[in-house]
Amino acid sequence: MDYFLTEDQQMIQDLARRVTQEKIVPFRAEFDEREEFAWDIMNNLAEMDLFGVYLPEEYGGVGGGCFELCLVVEELSRACGGIAISFAASALGAYPIFLYGNDQQKKKYLPQIAAGKKLGAFALTEADAGSDAGRIKTTARLDGDQYVLNGTKQWITNGGEAEIYTVIAMTDKSRGSRGASAFIVEKGTPGFEFGKKEKKMGIRSSCTRELIFTDCRVLKENLLSRAGMGFIIAMRTLDTSRPGIGAQAVGIAQGALDEAVTYARERVQFGKPISSFQAIQHMMADMATQVEAARALVYMAAKNIDSGAKDISKISAMSKVFASDVAMKVTTDAVQILGGYGYMRDYPVEKMMRDAKITQIYEGTNQIQRNVIALQLIKEKAKGK
Amino acid sequence: MKIIICIKQVPETGNIKIDPETHTLIRSGVPSIVNPLDLYAVEEALRWKEKLSVTTTVITMGPPQAKEALKEALSMGIDEGILLSDPQFAGADTFATSYTLSLAIKKLMPYNLILCGKQAIDGDTAQVGPGIAEHLDIPHLAYIRKIEEIDQKKGTLRAQRLMDDGYEIIEVKLPALLTVVKEINEPRLPSLKGKMRARKADLPVWKAEDLCHEDEGFFGLSASPTQVKTIFAPPSKVNVEIITGEAEEISQLLIERLKTQKIL
Ligand SMILES: Cc1cc2nc3c(=O)[nH]c(=O)nc-3n(C[C@H](O)[C@H](O)[C@H](O)COP(=O)(O)OP(=O)(O)OC[C@H]3O[C@@H](n4cnc5c(N)ncnc54)[C@H](O)[C@@H]3O)c2cc1C
Ligand SMILES: Cc1cc2nc3c(=O)[nH]c(=O)nc-3n(C[C@H](O)[C@H](O)[C@H](O)COP(=O)(O)OP(=O)(O)OC[C@H]3O[C@@H](n4cnc5c(N)ncnc54)[C@H](O)[C@@H]3O)c2cc1C
Repeated sequence: MDYFLTEDQQMIQDLARRVTQEKIVPFRAEFDEREEFAWDIMNNLAEMDLFGVYLPEEYGGVGGGCFELCLVVEELSRACGGIAISFAASALGAYPIFLYGNDQQKKKYLPQIAAGKKLGAFALTEADAGSDAGRIKTTARLDGDQYVLNGTKQWITNGGEAEIYTVIAMTDKSRGSRGASAFIVEKGTPGFEFGKKEKKMGIRSSCTRELIFTDCRVLKENLLSRAGMGFIIAMRTLDTSRPGIGAQAVGIAQGALDEAVTYARERVQFGKPISSFQAIQHMMADMATQVEAARALVYMAAKNIDSGAKDISKISAMSKVFASDVAMKVTTDAVQILGGYGYMRDYPVEKMMRDAKITQIYEGTNQIQRNVIALQLIKEKAKGK
Repeated sequence: MKIIICIKQVPETGNIKIDPETHTLIRSGVPSIVNPLDLYAVEEALRWKEKLSVTTTVITMGPPQAKEALKEALSMGIDEGILLSDPQFAGADTFATSYTLSLAIKKLMPYNLILCGKQAIDGDTAQVGPGIAEHLDIPHLAYIRKIEEIDQKKGTLRAQRLMDDGYEIIEVKLPALLTVVKEINEPRLPSLKGKMRARKADLPVWKAEDLCHEDEGFFGLSASPTQVKTIFAPPSKVNVEIITGEAEEISQLLIERLKTQKIL
């Protein structure tokens, strides 16, 4: 379907498609098998200026927004959801700085992230605080002109590989969720270390680690916005980045659909290509329809955000819930169409099925997203909208 | 220091079709790309640009749509591009092609280094590079797999030339022309900012009258001593038998056949 991309957007999509075909497709199975972080590909993406597609020119970007970011994430995900999330998580780390940083902070950090010279990461989750993020225990105590961080963040994408981290920590426990603050912490800061690298079901070329803070001192100027703004910053960041996960899901689903259709035309059983069986045809028709619907919703959510709309939580949640459920269903069906071959690692669809699962879990589980959507519906009704 | 890179726009070979009657390439409708080896020449120029103070210019001779090839080079980071395009240039063989390119290069004097691909995937002769060097009366090294050093003070370059059984290390005086093989580097992909710049770039087009040559008839077909008599697919000299059937039958048949031939 034609989404009437501008010339620039078309160019971004073409470049992302090219790097995906030339540099990712041939190596994705190896990266997955070896659970290896794809630094070479990150460097390719950096050289191609793709890390800056959503940032303005004054910060080293090319002046796009959330929509352009989604275009790139979708293309990368068609081949590898793991490489795509390593790319996207850098934006997740940069968004708090972009949305809430002062000019000095933006000038210091964003150009490095836009150039892909340094990766970003975002750290909210802890062992006992997942969906219930308000229960985080990591603290930041003000001591003169420094904050002292203590605590452990869990499952942080790009942990250990990234240089620039946005970390949410409690500055005032007594104030509950209003007592959290957001800090920029650079890799190498004394007292900031990394835990073990997690072994995962999917997105295995991405890297997920613990961040361990032990009396880690950061300058007061690394505080984003004001003390107490931590959760607002985190929520707004996730609302802005969530369509990116939707785009990851759309890309994975599209990749699986492409494989399934190609295979169905070639595989012969009962003397005919399996694509001639109506049961397979209907499955493919549903898959294609769902992918297109998910893409349309993700694109509209991203455009909505880029338009400067204020209430983005609902549409952002919808785009991620719908696209991730589609990705799970479509990749499962793709494995079904490939039959036993689909279950083997010789074909890419089993990896796509493993990669799809995470999109229903991170950046807020789909249950939590449905809570958000429903709450918004009820609020809107109450306001008489 | 100035590096000139000669690139050629060629049909994408994955899609190449041969006209069954004339046995020539069907060019219409086939997407065009930059000759893959020329991208290695472009990349090499860019790597030296990162090391030394170098300006880089790409030139191509071809129809107006060959501008796309120049833009691809610019989007990788090359500074400027020039298209040589004139109906008079059409039908050029390697002699006329290299002569035309050499006239354009003379206009770009002073230059220090000219880089070409080893050969084009369509014409495939590997003659244009050396041809340019002869017309310019400068030294050339073909099949270069590494440029070891460029000494700007001495005005020399040391490179490794790929041979069948190893490589030679050769030093030349600049200006010189090199043709490169794919062992030399790994070309980068274009960048977004490069593409944006290339889109806006002003690409001059030089016609026959812009190149100073002494006489008429120095370009294109009329200046091409090569004449194509016939083009044909060479007849196969061996008899090939293709055995079809189920895997087991085929293997049985094959074993029997090999036994009767006393190979097994
Ligand atoms: C690979 C990976 C990468 C990650 N990357 C990052 C990162 O970069 N940065 C970061 O901060 N975090 C990251 N996370 C954490 C991720 O965001 C959390 O896993 C997610 O928010 C869910 O938290 P949890 O796993 O603790 O699940 P829990 O909150 O324990 O949820 C368990 C189950 O209960 C359900 N549930 C919980 N509460 C409710 C409720 N109120 N109503 C209905 N159902 C509910 C959930 O939907 C889920 O099904 C990552 C996680 C993974 C696995
Ligand atoms: C008899 C004959 C008739 C031909 N007729 C036609 C015809 O009618 N139409 C047609 O399209 N082709 C025709 N060709 C092909 C055309 O002449 C050659 O493609 C051209 O001269 C380049 O030679 P090549 O492709 O073998 O390049 P090679 O010598 O293999 O190329 C080596 C390198 O030289 C440089 N180079 C080559 N060509 C160019 C160029 N045009 N601009 C800049 N740099 C370049 C590149 O760096 C390239 O990597 C004909 C060839 C012959 C021999």
